[in-house]
Formats: sequence, C-alpha cells, structure tokens
Amino acid sequence: MLTIKNLTVAYDETPVFANLDVTFQAGKITGIIGPNGAGKSTLIKAVLGLIKTQQGTVAYNDQTMKQVQKQVAYVEQRKDLDLTFPINVFDLVETGTYGRLGLFRSPGAKERAETEQALAQVALSDFKRRQIGNLSGGQLQRVFVARAIVQQAEIIILDEPFVGIDLQSETAIMAILQQWRDQGKTIIVVHHDLNKVSRYFDDLVVMNHGVIDYGPTSAVYNPANIGQAFSADLSAVLFTEKTGVGE
Amino acid sequence: MNSLIDFINALGKYDFLQSALITAIMVGVMSGVIGSFIILRGMSLMGDAISHAVLPGVAVAYMFGFNILIGASLFGILAALLIGFVASHSKIKTDTSIGVVFSAFYALGFILISMAESSTNLHHILFGNILAVSDSDIMTTAVVLGIVILFVSFFYKELLITSFDATYAQTYGLKVQILHYALMLVLTLVTVSALQTVGIILVVAMLITPAATAFLWTDKLTTMLFLAGGIGVLSSITGLYFSYTFNWASGPAIVLVAAGLFLISFLLSPKQAFLRHRVKKTAPAPQAASVETLATNEGGDR
Repeated sequence: MLTIKNLTVAYDETPVFANLDVTFQAGKITGIIGPNGAGKSTLIKAVLGLIKTQQGTVAYNDQTMKQVQKQVAYVEQRKDLDLTFPINVFDLVETGTYGRLGLFRSPGAKERAETEQALAQVALSDFKRRQIGNLSGGQLQRVFVARAIVQQAEIIILDEPFVGIDLQSETAIMAILQQWRDQGKTIIVVHHDLNKVSRYFDDLVVMNHGVIDYGPTSAVYNPANIGQAFSADLSAVLFTEKTGVGE
Repeated sequence: MNSLIDFINALGKYDFLQSALITAIMVGVMSGVIGSFIILRGMSLMGDAISHAVLPGVAVAYMFGFNILIGASLFGILAALLIGFVASHSKIKTDTSIGVVFSAFYALGFILISMAESSTNLHHILFGNILAVSDSDIMTTAVVLGIVILFVSFFYKELLITSFDATYAQTYGLKVQILHYALMLVLTLVTVSALQTVGIILVVAMLITPAATAFLWTDKLTTMLFLAGGIGVLSSITGLYFSYTFNWASGPAIVLVAAGLFLISFLLSPKQAFLRHRVKKTAPAPQAASVETLATNEGGDR
C-alpha cells in the first residue's frame, strides 16, 4: 500500500496542493483524474522523488520511497522525449534492467532474454530493430510499457498513457495493467478521458489542487465530485449517456 | 597525387609531422566520441561554452608553470557549475546563463594571457599549432584519450540513459547531476587536448561536426560513437595533409574537411537524404497507392 500523508508541493511559493492525504492500494488499478493544472503530474513526480516537496511523507508498506526506489517503474509522457535519438526498440526496453544492474554491469544473456519476453508480451518482437522515431504513438507507448515489464517493479506509475494512441494499443496496455493488478502490484494511472473511468479503474482519485475524493471508483465517480473537480455540471454528458451505451 | 606522395614521404622523414599525425588521430577519436554525447544531450552550446571557458585556466597554468590540464579542468568545471547555478537560481534560462558565464571567462582568459605571455602564444592557443606539438603534449593527449575511452566504456549505459531519458534515470536513483559534471570534466580535458590541433575557437567544431555527421548515418549509439571517432580521425588526417601541402593553418583546414564531410552526409545520408527528398519533390506525383499497399510497406500498425 502506498500512503501519502500531509503532502505539500509548491512551485515558486505558489502551492500546487497542500496537506494532501491519499492511499493507493496494492492489487488495484487507481486512476487519477482532474482538469489540466490540477496537480496530477505533480503528485506522481512527488511520489517518484523527482521534485522537492515542502512537507509530508510518501511511504510504501512503511518504507520510504528512497528505500523502494528500484521497485518503482515510471511510464512518462512521450512528448518529453527526443524521438530522433539513435536507439532502437530492443535497446530501449533493455534500459529497464539498468536500475537493478547498477554501475559497471552491462546487460547479459538473462537481461536480453527478459527484454525479448517483454517485447513478445506487447506484440512488438517484429519491431525490435526499429528506431523509436519510426513507430506509431501506440507502438511507442507499448515499448515503454515493455520497459516497465522488464523493471519487474511492484509500483507502476503511468502518466497519460492513452493519449494519442490507437485502440489496439490501448487495449493491449490495459490487459497488461490488469495482469499486474492480478499479481498484486500497485498501479497508478494519470488519466484524462472521463468516459472510460468506470471501465478502467478499480479505485479513483479526483483532484483539483488537492484531493476532492478517493476510494472505489463506483463510490467516487459521481456528478458531485466530477462537477467540483471540473467546475462544471457534467452529469448530462457523462452520467446519463453511460447507461445508454451500456458502460 | 604527387602532393599526397610528398606528404607520405614527409611523414617518414620529419618527426614533427609524425607527432602531428599521432596527435591529430587521438584528438579526432576523443572529440568525436565525447562530441556524440554532447550533441545527443542538446548541449552543443554548452560544449562551445566550456571550450572557451577553459582559457583562463590555460593562462594561469602558463603563468605558474603547472600542467594546463589542471588549470583548464578547474575553470571548465567552475564554468559548468556557475552556468548551472545561475540558471537554477534565477529566472534566466540556461542558454542565456551560458552566454553570460562563458563570455566572462573568455574575456578573463584574454586579459590573463596578454598579461603573461607574448602574442605568439595567444595566437597558438586561439588557432592551434599542430605542427609544433611536443612529446609531452603527445603523452598528455594519450592520457586524455585513455580517460575518455575508460569513461565511456565504464559508464556507457549511464551516459546512454541520461542522454536519452534523464527523468527515468532519476527514478531508479542514478545520480544524474554527478554524471553531468563528470562529462563536463572529461569535456574540458578533451578541449585542452584539441587546443593543440584546432585552437580554442574551433574546438567546438571538432566536438560537434564529426558527431553530427555520424548522427546522420546511423540509428544506433555504439555505431555513432565509432563513426564519429572515425570521421574525426579522417578530418584530422586530411586536414593535416591540406595544411602541409597548401600551407594552410592546421585548425581551419581540419575543421573545413569535417564540414565538407558533414555537407556530403547532409546531401546523401539515408536519415537526412536531402537530395533524394528534393528529387522526389520535383518529380511528378506517382499514382496514389492503395491503403493496403501502404500498410504492407510500413510493416506495422503505424
């Protein structure tokens, strides 16, 4: 269980959120939703130790995040990366082994076999020699998920993994998240598409400069919470049509 | 052809030319390899800055008679730290911080050199004088080449991942900043070695141009490193030949050859293929392919 207590993060003295408390359960896929600028990415960066926090703690089963650093996999937003970099699919996925190899050790036969296996799991074995800039958005996202597979992490954090990808890739990625869930891992997904919330997530965190509510999706995903987060009454769009399309 | 035979004969006859060739080859390799990481990290401007910022260190080393590698390293690292400090403790962006710091260091270097030495030395530092390398210069260059090879061999995967995806490296606990400053230190050592061949003004060309040329030919980092080193060597040897044959200044001759190789690659390399794209644009449009054909050609669900 990943527990965040009393967390405050500010950029240039402007707080993004203050005294935030939230818990992410193991064996669940938890979605984080909220409008742009709500602090979703900031929250996961704080969990990952990528930004300074003003106060509060983040703990995984009573251990600090520093202690479990190598147990965390992060699938970041693809737009932040240079896709012209001279690296192919196989080599990128193999970088998932770097954390546990440590300094001065290079990937060997075992790591290469794990890489092959992860590529097969995301159905990209045929693309392993392809430079990453020559992939579609969905294929590239599957490559990063394959890297997370290779990391063999207990906590997997994904930042907007379904943006700009094809349905086939989205379905494949969701299937892997569900496998991880069934293995008892903690999965956290920053997400923007409200239509798929009920279908994709066991638990939900609704944010807007702080946590509005969190818990089982069936309890948290309601017009009041969503209306408060997005400062608009979205019930006509989201909650009435849902029954009509058989969600 | 005769001039090439003359050059080869001269190589057999003159020690100074042999020394120049050995130094040029070593500098070609090290600047190509380190330059590859510099361009992949989007740090070409930083490479330029560090190569200029070592000047006061070189001057101080001349004045007090210690090894210029030590003086240059101190000032190179000091400049890198200062650039980082100003950028992270103000609203100023990194490129502006680089501009402010390196020009100040460069100006300080000029004043120190003019205080300490004759204008001849300043000229050599600025433009290089590969035909005057001493045995101790060759030894120093060999040591730096050894450091570069060991650094890249031992930290290859760390250099790869921090160049491509530093955020990911941070998440598994890699000390990204320490590696950055280690790279800056190695960069200053390479810069000082390259001073002899191309001079301080053109060092950046040896760092950037062969690496950029290699980048146009390959999609694999290890291949890029070997290619960049090879192109650096080819530029150095050919430049030295032009320098000897036509009495050109060695630094500019080497840099012009490197630029020529880049131009050829820009026009012909598979990744860039400027000429091919131009020809395609001017050719009449082919009949539209079917969706099925396109999908098959792309070999995937792109």
